[in-house]
Amino acid sequence: MKKITRITGAVLAAATAVSLCVPATGCAKQEIIGELTVINYGEYLDPEMLDLFTAETGIKVNYEEAVTAEEMYTKYSSGAISYDLVCSTDYMMQKLINDGELQQIPWDQFEYRDNIGDKYFDFCTAFDPDNQYCLPYFWGTLGILYDTTKVNGPIDSWDVLFNGEYAGEIIMQNSMRDTFMVALKYLGYSINTDDPDELREAQQLLIAQKPDVQAYLVDEARDEVVAGNAAMAVVYSGEAYLGHEYNNNLEYVVPSEGSNVWIDCWGITKNCEHPEYAAAFLDFLCREDVAMANFEYIYYSTPNEAVIASLDEEDRSNEALVPSDSATENCEVCVQASDETTALLNELWMELRSE
Amino acid sequence: MNESEGRSSSRRTWLSGPYILWIAVFTILPLIVIFKYSLTDNAGSFTLDNISAVFSPINMKAIWFSFKIAFGCTFFCILLSYPMVLAMKHLGLGKKSFSLFIIILPMWMNFILRILAWQMILSNNGLLNLLLTSLGFEPVRIANTSAAIMIGVVYDYLPYMLLPIYMAIMEINEDLIEAAKDLGASGFTVFRKVILPLSVPGLLSGTVMVFVPSMTSFVVSDILGGGKLQLIGNIIEQDFTAGNNWHMGSGLSVALMIFILISMPFTAKHEDQGHESVIW
Amino acid sequence: MRRLKDILSGIYVGFIAILLYAPILVLIVLSFNDSRSRVTWGGFTFKWYATLFSNGQILDALLTTVVLALGSSAIAVLIGVPGALGIHAMSKKKYNFFMGLTNIPMLNADIVTGIALMLWFVHFIPLGFGSVLLAHITFNIPYVILSVMPRIQQMNVSVYEATRDLGAGPVYSFFKVLLPEMMPGIISGFFMAFTMSMDDFVITYFTKGAGVNTLSTMIYGQIRKGIKPEMYALSTLIFIAVSIILIVVNNISDKRKTVTSDNGIERI
Repeated sequence: MKKITRITGAVLAAATAVSLCVPATGCAKQEIIGELTVINYGEYLDPEMLDLFTAETGIKVNYEEAVTAEEMYTKYSSGAISYDLVCSTDYMMQKLINDGELQQIPWDQFEYRDNIGDKYFDFCTAFDPDNQYCLPYFWGTLGILYDTTKVNGPIDSWDVLFNGEYAGEIIMQNSMRDTFMVALKYLGYSINTDDPDELREAQQLLIAQKPDVQAYLVDEARDEVVAGNAAMAVVYSGEAYLGHEYNNNLEYVVPSEGSNVWIDCWGITKNCEHPEYAAAFLDFLCREDVAMANFEYIYYSTPNEAVIASLDEEDRSNEALVPSDSATENCEVCVQASDETTALLNELWMELRSE
Repeated sequence: MNESEGRSSSRRTWLSGPYILWIAVFTILPLIVIFKYSLTDNAGSFTLDNISAVFSPINMKAIWFSFKIAFGCTFFCILLSYPMVLAMKHLGLGKKSFSLFIIILPMWMNFILRILAWQMILSNNGLLNLLLTSLGFEPVRIANTSAAIMIGVVYDYLPYMLLPIYMAIMEINEDLIEAAKDLGASGFTVFRKVILPLSVPGLLSGTVMVFVPSMTSFVVSDILGGGKLQLIGNIIEQDFTAGNNWHMGSGLSVALMIFILISMPFTAKHEDQGHESVIW
Repeated sequence: MRRLKDILSGIYVGFIAILLYAPILVLIVLSFNDSRSRVTWGGFTFKWYATLFSNGQILDALLTTVVLALGSSAIAVLIGVPGALGIHAMSKKKYNFFMGLTNIPMLNADIVTGIALMLWFVHFIPLGFGSVLLAHITFNIPYVILSVMPRIQQMNVSVYEATRDLGAGPVYSFFKVLLPEMMPGIISGFFMAFTMSMDDFVITYFTKGAGVNTLSTMIYGQIRKGIKPEMYALSTLIFIAVSIILIVVNNISDKRKTVTSDNGIERI
């Protein structure tokens, strides 16, 4: 017993020392004039930019992260925390708009909105017809990242995921819409289908595929292919760029059957009491140096044309970083499904997961 | 237990006032809230659907799998811990603080990081297979299987089994063992008649501390199961995060709680022995 | 025969030790990896140790984790010790009832405890550091009570009553008689509570608010995009620090033990 006494004493002393030392390192000199509570995907913003924003404006940012769009919606709708700003994916932004959860972005308070290309605002009209609610942040496609040393010849079709040739070497997305999207596109249906028969057919295909799937992952899929644990994975285009950086044998392809083009946007919630703070934050994100810092932190495709213009020729022609118009030709934007379809999808997804 | 004291000086009971208040506010009331959620639907009207959902094929499958994992985890933890403690005792490590330190130290490292490290060890192209192939063996495919989850939970909860068994066995009076030997008992008889019975409280304590958490964990299965295998903890977690279905999640939680309380009838008995869950 | 048994015992202890420490070794190696991705080896570097100390977020999370563990275990002791004394003085029936309640957070799955507290908190208080602290105190008190109770049961209360009869005030008697007797139980309870709080992920995950991160929740958030290499550096430093503390303390207490037993005084 006595040694525990001493251990506890020593640990206590060390812990107290830590708690006394740490605050001395980080301190904000700027006087705090207000606060913003923000929810975003994990690792989807350079945290140093948050400090910079607070230093410049005196607005403190309470930053919260979520893994999937669905998780974000749950956190938001539970009301446990009142958020001022949300960054989420197209179909989830549409749901928020339709539910009346967002307020119009005061564009007249923006200085750097023009840095965002018109093309991307046009994308957004699929779910935000008058560009009132959404500020494009990052975008990309969904495709297959594969290891050229482990496959026979280049890949051009979703077929490789379903034909059994690469059993045990496949990683799928652990996300309901993304996984169904792959099956629906392979079967030649729209990714936004409401037809229960088409959805069930897609589910049957995915259930049959499950024994061949090594794992259902999210962004960690990239590391698994880099490490050679699997031959191929369904990933977002941005992950492919980093994958190639770590392992030169990796290639990324958007299959010829078409795919999903996605766009993540910022919106201001209806509960936000200081839209002017929120607008200042969004405008800050559009500024070239900040957008550049975020781009270099995340390496997803940016809609910020000032940033694209400053890239070197090699990066600018990289499909994973700046997808070309031809690559997105066959791609669809995902829109919010009806409540019945969402419920059916949830049920089919749970069945697939428990198989 | 000293029965004569305390019971007479009942004026001391007021000392527990703050604690009883704390239990009421932070243990009882939250349970009432979760019960309320479990018995209502989104519109707020009464329903038993959330509780009976536990019998749906998906949930039954997850519960059965969780039970197998918890049972296997407890079994392997005992299987690994007991010889470990006996070996430590044999080597005379028992009296050295160093041995306790070996067991406790890993618990101070973040468990998520340690499980992630296991993922790197067990993956197809990972360290274990590197070792096997360099020794001329065939590589194994454990990553993203129930075997990987089992290794993860056994690793994670092994100290919770080691410590109580260690405490129980090290407390056994050496004279007792010597006396048994002097009376002609063989090594095995000493074990069966002296060491084993005296270590039962430690075994029970360890079982409680391993069984429940391994049954309900969701992080280990998340990281080592590759999203292909679901414990009941994963389903409840999904209901509260991605699924946005708090009533269903509450219903499953309540069902899980009842299941655990039923499956642990021996805990009440072993508390009377005064050993309780003191593992340090 | 004896010799063979020694060797087998040694091999087995070594095997379990490797099992316990293999993942920690992996983490230590990763902290010197000059690549942001954990799956590629980019050469040896010390740079993550340097960048760790300029990473405000990780240091904040470390601070939150430590303050939370210290604060929640200290408050748990302040509430739990009088609680145990009071419950011990109750009738058998009440005693069993309250000890049963005390067991609830320990027997309940973490996920159920966390969710029940979250559902309760969202109705009354904003989720933030405070809600996590309340949650940690709640699951820490039982560890304190269950550690202290056996000491109270073994306590010789007649000494306490004798001092009272001799005219000592209750406060004086408490500090001079009861507290020293309970001290080992209090300390092991505090130690357990501290460890449990440091190691908790699930309950924190469900009860935390925006912007509050402990090391566990921060690491969980980084699983998808890849753990920041600074985390491995921090873990290595914690590992070294705790090892040194434990080794030093063990040496001191082992030495003292020899001295005290020479004097024939056996302390607990």
